[in-house]
Amino acid sequence: MPLSPMTEPMAAPPADAAPEPTLRVDGLKVGFGGSQTRLIAVEDISLHISPGRTLALVGESGSGKSVTSLAVIRLLAARGRIVSGRIALRDKAGAVRDLVELDEPALEAVRGNDLGMIFQEPMTSLNPVLTVGEQIAEPIRIHMGLSRRAAMQRAIEMLDRVGIPGAAERARQYPHEFSGGMRQRVTIAIALACDPVLLLADEPTTALDVTVQMQILNLLRSLQQQQGMAMLFVTHNFGVVAEIAHDVSVMYAGQIVEHGTVRQVLKTPRHPYTRGLLACVPQLGTASEHKKQATPLFSIPGMVPSLRDMPRGCRFAARCVHAEARCREATPALETTDTGNIARCIRWNEI
Amino acid sequence: MTLYVVRRIGAGILLLLALSMLVFFLLRLAPGDPLSSYIDPMVSMTEQDMERLRQSLGLDQPLPFQYIYWLGETITGDLGRSLQRNGQPVSELLMASIGPSMLLMLSGSLLAILFGIVIGIVGAVRRDGPADVILAALSSVGVSSPAFLTALVGLYVFSGVLHWAPAGGMQEPGMPFTLSGLLSHLALPALILAFGQTALIARYMRSSLLEVLHQDFIRTARAKGVPRRKVILKHAVRNALLPVVTLIGSTLGLAVGGAIFIESVFNWPGMGLMMVTAVEARDYPLIMGGTLAVGAWVILANILTDVAYAFIDPRIKVG
Repeated sequence: MPLSPMTEPMAAPPADAAPEPTLRVDGLKVGFGGSQTRLIAVEDISLHISPGRTLALVGESGSGKSVTSLAVIRLLAARGRIVSGRIALRDKAGAVRDLVELDEPALEAVRGNDLGMIFQEPMTSLNPVLTVGEQIAEPIRIHMGLSRRAAMQRAIEMLDRVGIPGAAERARQYPHEFSGGMRQRVTIAIALACDPVLLLADEPTTALDVTVQMQILNLLRSLQQQQGMAMLFVTHNFGVVAEIAHDVSVMYAGQIVEHGTVRQVLKTPRHPYTRGLLACVPQLGTASEHKKQATPLFSIPGMVPSLRDMPRGCRFAARCVHAEARCREATPALETTDTGNIARCIRWNEI
Repeated sequence: MTLYVVRRIGAGILLLLALSMLVFFLLRLAPGDPLSSYIDPMVSMTEQDMERLRQSLGLDQPLPFQYIYWLGETITGDLGRSLQRNGQPVSELLMASIGPSMLLMLSGSLLAILFGIVIGIVGAVRRDGPADVILAALSSVGVSSPAFLTALVGLYVFSGVLHWAPAGGMQEPGMPFTLSGLLSHLALPALILAFGQTALIARYMRSSLLEVLHQDFIRTARAKGVPRRKVILKHAVRNALLPVVTLIGSTLGLAVGGAIFIESVFNWPGMGLMMVTAVEARDYPLIMGGTLAVGAWVILANILTDVAYAFIDPRIKVG
């Protein structure tokens, strides 16, 4: 595949174009299992993130948001395969490569170097028998070719940068000597150790206390301002989205159903699913209202359809109060709406 | 750490004391009179002669007194004299046979640890591949074959049929000591002793490694760009070893049982062989001394295991 910068596949970018995206995913489709029994986990995923920007992937469990982020770093479980699509990453040198085409050694050179990833469970994502300093220094030695001593020095600097006091001393300690929030800082230090162009964050605050969540979000935001990397932030929490994201893609049953800037999506959602999700978030001051009138908190009726039994047409139709017969006929295309959002709904204009 | 080891050794001594008590009383519960071991059946003795002999040996005293007397002598280093082997001191007999026994057991265990871990890793990495299937079949054979069977089959095949190894002993009779002579005599019994242990360790290592390979920190290591080989050898194996070390500790003790058979089959001049003849001849002082030595070895092996554990798992703080 071409190692030189590829030509922009779209028409000329608009005049106020942001810099060329760090990550551009086109038509990604991921399946699990053998060719006969393959289940399609995500389909028709297209997104792009520019340097210094954060895209939040939001959705319920099973919507395919984690699969999407694991596909980008090519660490799907053993039975997972990228069926089709492109994952174009603009690396540190400015060269754009399709990660789908890379073989394992080439991917190893990209992982931890151009791409950093942090995971949901800080308690289990660190190796219990290696010191924290060694775990941060390892990618530095591999990708930057530093000596053991110099890599450790940089590891200590990273610990300091993610806000761990007494970094030199802490580097010699083991993960079990850190609290959950501190461990998540360590995983961030690992992911950012080689100055990646893209940080993948798969629900990094979900397992943490609310106060610690806030600290981690603030840390990620300030690190993004310092290092200028792009960030793909997977979450199911709209509070977190509002806090950290610039752009939002809402996923449902393996597809992106709505995309826009944070403001567009949170203020003027156009897809019924996004509206439903936002209605599920209790508003300050409405709780007593609910209590008085004895109405339960809002929830979207029904369940996410199973991968084995994906309905024809709009996948949300079975749970949608606005669904009509024609919604069930063909998968709706992504349409640009009046507010600039992109929504996968044929009736966005009518509701 | 030092304090911990001292404490463990102290507990080990107490355990040894309990063991000696148990063995002492159990031996005497067995039917038969220890006096009969002293008597030459060809010489006729009167009741009075017997009584006199019983008194002079202290066998007329109550059992607890006999035990305390034995213990007192043992603490001062006197384990008594063998009844059978021309009255040689038990301590001398033990000293002479401990060396060959330790040589056999340690080389067997070392081979088993080495092969077991390597085979376990190969099995886990090539899961369900041809190598894994063959090794799994072999280890099923290994786990389910008792030592006396593998010893006899091994002796027949490798010594009797193939003539690859000498049939027994530690040296060529009548020849001066050579290292190569010793090693060629050691190889077959050590490998046979290792066979069952290897199978056990390999199975454990395989399943432990498979479990570790599914853990989150392995994915973190891969996300850092660590090559697959290094992910396995550096990140996974060390974690997978933790439960295996415990197993190795107990196989070190189990090896004693296997060594007894193997020493008998290969005529290896170690403690196992000596203990078998001692039990056959009701050589009480020698049985007591030998049991204590074996017990001390098993306890020591367990202490070493725990210390090793503390070394490879930083979460364990000892002392």
